[in-house]
Amino acid sequence: MQATKTTHTEPAHSHEHHDPGFLRSYVFSTDHKVIGIQYGFTALAFLFFGFLLMICMRWQMAKPGEAMPIVGKLLESLLGEVAKGGIISPDLYNAFGAMHGTIMVFLAIVPLAFAAFGNYVVPLQIGAVDMAFPRLNMVSYQCFAVGGVIMFVSFFIPGGAAQAGWTSYSPLATVIPTQGQTFWILGMVFLITSSLLGAVNFIATVIQLRAPGMTWMRLPFFTWVQFVTAFILLLAFPPLEAASVLQLMDKVFGSSFFLPTGLVISGKPYDISGGGSPLLWQHLFWFLGHPEVYVLILPAMGVVAEVIACNTRKPLWGYKSLVYSVLAVGFISFIVWAHHMYLTGMGTKISTFFQTTTMIISIPSVIILTCLFMSLWGGSIRFNTPMLFALAFLPMFGIGGLTGLPLGFNFSDLHLHDSYYVIAHFHYVVAPGTIFALFAGVYFWYPKMTGRYMSETLGKIHFWGSLIAMNLVFMPMFFQGLYGMSRRMSDGGATYALANPANEGVVTALTQTVMKLNVFVTHAAFLLLIAQIPFIINVFMSMFNGKKVENDNPWDATTLDWQTPTPPPHGNFTKEIIVYRGPYEYSVPGHPTDFTPQNMPDPKPAK
Amino acid sequence: MEIPYTVKPRPDTGLYNAKLGIWLFLASEVMLFGGLFSAYILLRVSSDLWPHGMVSIPVGTFNTFVLIASSVTVVMSWASLKLGKLSAFKGYMAATIVCALGFLGVKSFEYYAKFTHYDVWFKDEATAKKYFTAAYGEKGEEATRKLFVERFHLHNTKATYDANQIQLTGHLFGNPMFATLKKLTSAKQETIQFTPDAPFGTHDHPKAIEVKLSDVQRLSAYVPAHSTYFAIYFTITALHGLHVLGGAIVLAYFLFTADHWWKKSPEQMANRVEVGGLFWHFVDLVWIFLFPIIYLL
Amino acid sequence: MSHDHSHSHGPGEACDHGHDDHNSPEYIHKTIRKYLKVGGILFAGTILTVAMYYVHIPSVAATIAIALLIATVKAAFVAGVFMHLSDERKMIYSILLCTVCFLISLMGLTLWAMNDFPFFTLVDGKPF
Repeated sequence: MQATKTTHTEPAHSHEHHDPGFLRSYVFSTDHKVIGIQYGFTALAFLFFGFLLMICMRWQMAKPGEAMPIVGKLLESLLGEVAKGGIISPDLYNAFGAMHGTIMVFLAIVPLAFAAFGNYVVPLQIGAVDMAFPRLNMVSYQCFAVGGVIMFVSFFIPGGAAQAGWTSYSPLATVIPTQGQTFWILGMVFLITSSLLGAVNFIATVIQLRAPGMTWMRLPFFTWVQFVTAFILLLAFPPLEAASVLQLMDKVFGSSFFLPTGLVISGKPYDISGGGSPLLWQHLFWFLGHPEVYVLILPAMGVVAEVIACNTRKPLWGYKSLVYSVLAVGFISFIVWAHHMYLTGMGTKISTFFQTTTMIISIPSVIILTCLFMSLWGGSIRFNTPMLFALAFLPMFGIGGLTGLPLGFNFSDLHLHDSYYVIAHFHYVVAPGTIFALFAGVYFWYPKMTGRYMSETLGKIHFWGSLIAMNLVFMPMFFQGLYGMSRRMSDGGATYALANPANEGVVTALTQTVMKLNVFVTHAAFLLLIAQIPFIINVFMSMFNGKKVENDNPWDATTLDWQTPTPPPHGNFTKEIIVYRGPYEYSVPGHPTDFTPQNMPDPKPAK
Repeated sequence: MEIPYTVKPRPDTGLYNAKLGIWLFLASEVMLFGGLFSAYILLRVSSDLWPHGMVSIPVGTFNTFVLIASSVTVVMSWASLKLGKLSAFKGYMAATIVCALGFLGVKSFEYYAKFTHYDVWFKDEATAKKYFTAAYGEKGEEATRKLFVERFHLHNTKATYDANQIQLTGHLFGNPMFATLKKLTSAKQETIQFTPDAPFGTHDHPKAIEVKLSDVQRLSAYVPAHSTYFAIYFTITALHGLHVLGGAIVLAYFLFTADHWWKKSPEQMANRVEVGGLFWHFVDLVWIFLFPIIYLL
Repeated sequence: MSHDHSHSHGPGEACDHGHDDHNSPEYIHKTIRKYLKVGGILFAGTILTVAMYYVHIPSVAATIAIALLIATVKAAFVAGVFMHLSDERKMIYSILLCTVCFLISLMGLTLWAMNDFPFFTLVDGKPF
């Protein structure tokens, strides 16, 4: 039951009487909230850009060799030869594919989930005035921005952007004669540096700047996941930085770290010293690559947990299990990486080791998902837009996670490796998984950042459109992959199709059904694009037209991020924060309201 | 709006923020150098020919002493600060920076020696044998093979190597850096003056011989492109060197802003120096592992 | 050495008197002597390592093991004394312990993976 709401407090006047000016306040700010918003807008822009790249790719897959209307002419004028006649050439397709992956993972999801939401919300949730190292925070954003610019600019250099996949495997990545890969490596160095500095900041902040009374087991789950995510970034990224340096040495100084002896390119022996190993790159890459996917999913689970707790008006089920599970996931994620490499000729012993650890890590993941499901039981559910996205996350992540199991077993992976099944699996986890959770986060925290609600109508259109379209895009890919369709084919598999006369009598050639699904999926992808328009309109319009919040805590939430003025001023809190209880004290029996904020002193006993 | 625990430690963790921050950063640096060391181990284990004795041990040992001394001076500078002795602090800090620059200077000298040292491989056995004899006289091939066996520790292997798989080592006239066969031939050069290295166990350099570039299969200085040995050598030592340079710049900043910070907040200054010192000790720590692995093993 | 009891304890917080004494002159002087001693040990360790190079040990594994052991001991002194690690608390230790575990798994598992081959793919004991 709802009782009297707290009154809207005036933001405290900053004790700094000088006006820092526009540049210091919005461009070179050291305030974690401004930096969080900077990350947020940049990441969302890259998210949309990466999506557009994929739309171009899907066109080429559905109609190989045909010119793209309108966009094709634009591409030709911007990129020249590779888009001659408005047709996406195979080289351009590969470039789009590699950059779609890189941009989505490193420039969109990680900055949005970890840097944007983390920077904005974590200091608020622990009752701190800012991050532990505000200037380092600003430098982190600037490194990220520089990395993003380098990646974007790489499209326009002669030869175009990186083309060897987001995984940049050597020897291909090294022997491609153009400089796109070099730009990729340089961009990655900046992005990795940005993440490392951010990770140091997050961990130090959570350890050192918790308000009095904020013990470890009173931390909101969102802060816990960001803490674990920061540790993963801190310790898993450096080997990729090392590997990137080595690949850069290969490209620029002609060394052979990843180039084997006797390498022959286009019939000619390659003029290198040899002695290197392509497998070495794969090991170093996936040592990061696997923990990286947990970086993508954990913050999303944190957002979903916060939204669910608040919108069911009851505590999270199994808080301790959630915490221990997320710590376990963080730790085990470091020893499962070679399940991405089952087909590199590994022996059975090592294969079995990685298969076992991969199965083990599914246990804490399922525990987390189960706790989130159980949290719904007996709740008084409010079906607002953030809750819709959070609810949809649960089964979507379930599908994504379960379809990972055949990929985690080395025998079934023999058939499924590098097929569309893999694409469907990881997109289910990240697209209707993480991105839905992040949408939930945007709708949820928008009122705190701006003082206005986002439109529920537009939100619901966005939700249903996205949910339906996401499933239409990615579900058919499971079947395409099971049928044997490979990834990264610029013509959508037309070369291997039954319809191709060269494949007469080939039993495993791709059937008409599989090829028709390409067209179906492309149509669904356009539907998904259209479904995002309400969201984009909503984000910008609600800043001016959105319904104003009634008070500083419009969702009646218990965590400290809602106990600040709206928007929080420089210094975040207007009064000293002392924490008296856990983070999800909703519907406590005998309490006059259905929520008790963490920092509210114990109420006097009734009567 | 003050961020707490920037100067005084937080009671339950016993740390001030920057100290926790630098340890976290050092943990990530452990993983960075660890990744490179993993690469080293893998490349070496999977290689057939891994050379020894290509780096000067006395020079490396000297550099080790220099770096250890700088670790002592940097921690002494911190102790001087805690004792309130500003001028002692400045002296020790200056000594640390001098050691750092000395280390880098010696390293540059080592690198220069590599960049001007060449290996030449010839196109076929007969040509190779001809040049070996030209370089070392009558028993030329034997002398060259002895150098080869000693360099790659091939005493106990059964593998045999043809004469054109064995390189002739030495210097080019004028000691250019980074010459390659492609660069020389495109500059229209037809021959080079090559001074072979002394035979094994002696110090007498043979006289220079003339080598026709058309007989050469491959010519390479000791650069990353030469072999994975030099590739990993240069990568690891250069990355370490960059950390030495970065650390020295930060310490120099502490030295030059010492008066200002001593007046403003001596406690915070001591913290900053401690944090900078922690980074410096880490750089020394990496070298303590690098030195035996690269120079001795 | 005087004990400073002016600081208050929260419930359950360890009373770490050692930290209070870290600012007294006598303690600092003692520490300086310790630093110089450790510096000497590091110099000696270096000389020992280099000397080992000239003493030829037949077993390759033993040579590597001894060299790395000496290096680890030297590193322990730098970390423990110069970096005050022996005075630090659980927080730093747990971070470093995690790091070391992950580093060992990176090196160990990668080495294992690159040396474990499926059946019937070796020719004369070497990869095909």
